[in-house]
Amino acid sequence: MNIGIPKEIFQDERRVAATPASVQKLVKLGYDVVVETGAGEFANYPDEAYKEAGAAIAVDTVSLWGEADIILKVRAPMEHPGTGRHELDMMKEGAFLAGYIWPAQNPELLEKLAKRKITAFAIDALPRISRAQKMDALSAMANIAGYRAVIEAANQFGRFFTGQVTAAGKVPPAKVLVIGAGVAGLAAIGTANSMGAVVRAFDTRLEVKEQVSSMGAEFLELDFGDEEGSGGGGYAKQMSDEFIKAEMALFAEQAKEVDIIITTALIPGKPAPKLITADMVKSMKPGSVIVDLASERGGNCELTEPGKVAEHHGVKLIGYTDLPSRMAKVASDLYATNLVHLMTELTPEKDGQPSVNMDDAVIRGLTVSHQENVTWPPPKPEEPAIKTPAPGTEEPSKAKAKPEPSPRRKLAGKLALLAVTVLALYGVGAYAPESFLSHFTVFVLACFIGWQVIWNVTASLHTPLMSVTNAISGIIVIGALLHLAQAENAAVGVLSFIAVLIAMINVSGGFRVTHRMLKMFHR
Amino acid sequence: MSPGLISVAYVAASILFILSLGGLSHQESARRGNWYGVAGIVIAIGATIAGFGLGDLTAVIVAMVLGIAIGLPMANKVEMTQMPQLVALLHSFVGLAAVLVGFSSFIEPLVIKVGAEHTIKLVEVYLGIFIGAVTFTGSLVACGKLDGRIDSKALTLPGRHWMNLAAVVVAIILGGWFLGTDSMALGIVLLVVMALIAAALGVHLIMAIGGADMPVVVSMLNSYSGWAAAAIGFMLGNDLLIVTGALVGSSGAILSYIMCKAMNRSFISVILGGFGQTSSSSAVGDSDQTVHETSVEELAEELRNADSVIIVPGYGMAVAQAQNGVSEITKTLRDRGVNVRFGIHPVAGRLPGHMNVLLAEAHVPYDIVLEMDEINDDFPKTDVVLVIGANDTVNPAAAEDPASPIAGMPVLEVWKARQVVILKRGMATGYSGVENPLFFKDNSLMLFGDAKESVDKLMGALRG
Repeated sequence: MNIGIPKEIFQDERRVAATPASVQKLVKLGYDVVVETGAGEFANYPDEAYKEAGAAIAVDTVSLWGEADIILKVRAPMEHPGTGRHELDMMKEGAFLAGYIWPAQNPELLEKLAKRKITAFAIDALPRISRAQKMDALSAMANIAGYRAVIEAANQFGRFFTGQVTAAGKVPPAKVLVIGAGVAGLAAIGTANSMGAVVRAFDTRLEVKEQVSSMGAEFLELDFGDEEGSGGGGYAKQMSDEFIKAEMALFAEQAKEVDIIITTALIPGKPAPKLITADMVKSMKPGSVIVDLASERGGNCELTEPGKVAEHHGVKLIGYTDLPSRMAKVASDLYATNLVHLMTELTPEKDGQPSVNMDDAVIRGLTVSHQENVTWPPPKPEEPAIKTPAPGTEEPSKAKAKPEPSPRRKLAGKLALLAVTVLALYGVGAYAPESFLSHFTVFVLACFIGWQVIWNVTASLHTPLMSVTNAISGIIVIGALLHLAQAENAAVGVLSFIAVLIAMINVSGGFRVTHRMLKMFHR
Repeated sequence: MSPGLISVAYVAASILFILSLGGLSHQESARRGNWYGVAGIVIAIGATIAGFGLGDLTAVIVAMVLGIAIGLPMANKVEMTQMPQLVALLHSFVGLAAVLVGFSSFIEPLVIKVGAEHTIKLVEVYLGIFIGAVTFTGSLVACGKLDGRIDSKALTLPGRHWMNLAAVVVAIILGGWFLGTDSMALGIVLLVVMALIAAALGVHLIMAIGGADMPVVVSMLNSYSGWAAAAIGFMLGNDLLIVTGALVGSSGAILSYIMCKAMNRSFISVILGGFGQTSSSSAVGDSDQTVHETSVEELAEELRNADSVIIVPGYGMAVAQAQNGVSEITKTLRDRGVNVRFGIHPVAGRLPGHMNVLLAEAHVPYDIVLEMDEINDDFPKTDVVLVIGANDTVNPAAAEDPASPIAGMPVLEVWKARQVVILKRGMATGYSGVENPLFFKDNSLMLFGDAKESVDKLMGALRG
């Protein structure tokens, strides 16, 4: 089958759904790839690069759409200004489409897809489970947006981020407040922190506190009972009125202090919550900057103007809605990789023939229209996210059925050992002759010295330790030597001759190989 | 030479041996320590020979020269990967020497003793030969298993514990008979029979132990060889032999203990053998488990951009002979300012400390090779962890899944790093036969293929 990559026509959209690298991978999956001329222009991928990667270049928009069996796209299909036709109308019936669809906001588009019998995969409707992470374009783009938000803020901000002491005087560090510690928020925290700013962060979900601190920000907490803002799938939910009141008080207080506010608060399926009021903006220091990452969905700040930089009360409000697209190259790279992963899932045989397996939770969640039907929203998955134990671990395995001995039994064991030791020592003392006892003393003391000395040996030298003990246990040669020198019986002579010989192998070989090993260790 | 001077020489030799082992506490002092050991043995042998007076020394000198002529070339030739075999072989020599000296001492005692002292002496002879024979054959079997000449799987005969017990009981009964008889001929027959039983016991004991437990077995045999030397020391009334035997014996015992701890196994259960038979089939059928593959180029890029890298080698690396490539990669990355370190699990090799020697041979500086306890806390701060040929020693199930057969075994917590890349031939399980959930973690990437090939390609990609 062939895959078509059209040029994006949405205003200010610079991303592209495939890169030369992703084209190569798609070709490996068995597909033919056709790229519309100039599709990668703004992401710094010229047509030649695609050609080299194995794609054909289509000059004509209509033919690209008309001939492709599968269309990979960024933005949802729309009216094409060049041809005057809707993109979907140019498509083959029964073809496949992958890209952003926003099914909840676009019911008419879904109808249209179903009418054209197009199977559409909405990359934004991806279920949030770990197996699907490699296709998670929303997170990939949010990460870019978070980074870019800080860069845009720095661009509008008239000071350093990091504090400096210069000959001309001291510059304090910038103070940044990040509201909402999702993927974008965390990326913003990390970026601002690495630029040297003092970063604070707020989120209604207490579970992110650890992530926030690990990124280097201070986590602001409300002194507010145990209300917790986690909704399903890692998203936030709407909070109670009292909570919101306390939250707003915190923001009002912070607004007076900080230089830069970056808001990323979104609640799925609802307009963005208004968190920064006009009064708060007014209370900020002149020259401060607010970046509103929620501006496309109405904005977290009352004064945000989507798509623009506005200035109110000496505060700059950045309301860009195209932050990922402003970094078109990396955004295209990541997005294209997400789509390659999607196509890999769809093409398990690598034969260039997609198969839509509606029993697969990930594929089912993504597919918003299939043949003639609108298949969105997907049925609720039974109990997601919580990992069920693998079958077979239900029955306690043998290893588990090894109970720890109770403290009482341990104590009894120790006492028994002590008793045996005392008895043995008594026996030795009472019955053994004098000469044996003196050797016995030496033996026990030597064991203790060995115990002390060996524990000090560094673990990295345990092998040389073994070979050197091999060598010195060859000291048994002394016994053999005494017998050999005084042998009167031929048998004893032979036995002790062999004993001397092999003991000397031990001595010479052991020391020699230890020496070889130790010589290798160097800094 | 007077007996007094000989005693003083022996004391000096004992002290030199203790210093020799003490020297191993640091790499800097270790080489000097080895020379202390050499000095000790030269003094001891010199004093012993000087004590004979002007006898005929031809046989003594021939035996010693022959021994050295065999020992030195053997030690010069041995590959570092073959160290476990060599160590096991040398253990068996100590065991055999103990048996031979025991027989010599019974047939032709150096000092005639009477009464209780005579009985004790006989017990010492008997015990020395018993331990010596077990050590001799056991070490030979261990050597064969390590060398691959004998199947490294555990041999589990039915009723094997009873067979071992029976061997010990028969040996004790024969011992009682041996002490009771005055006949030299009967005594020798009894000793030979007992030695054969002990030899069979040694073979059977070690045959029953699986490949994964070899580090423990070799340490244990190290300990036995020490006790055999000590028993001979008692028999001859020689304090130098007793001291040396005790040093070696406790050294081996400590090493066995450390190895057992590192595998979370009790010493008894290792000796009784049979690891890896607990059929653990935590089915892989979980649909949410996929592995993510990576390529050499991506890995090279990842390593180039990392600030800190930890390499976790396992015996698989040595099997593939990839350590030189790993060393080169380490050097290249360090020259670029990447902080590269190694994390070594105590049972990473086939011998305690074996991996350290293999890395040292490949010219990896020893100060970046760290033990598990030293490095485990650093994983969360690490960008990339490279796992090369290791499996069970990095298995998160040991820490997270109490139902796992290896639960509680201390492991290198590689999964806490930002990114783990596992170089592996395929999806097979490790020695213990336990499934490894590490491969399915979100921050894990697999690089399939022969370790040496992958490492060499990686080196090329890093250079290019």
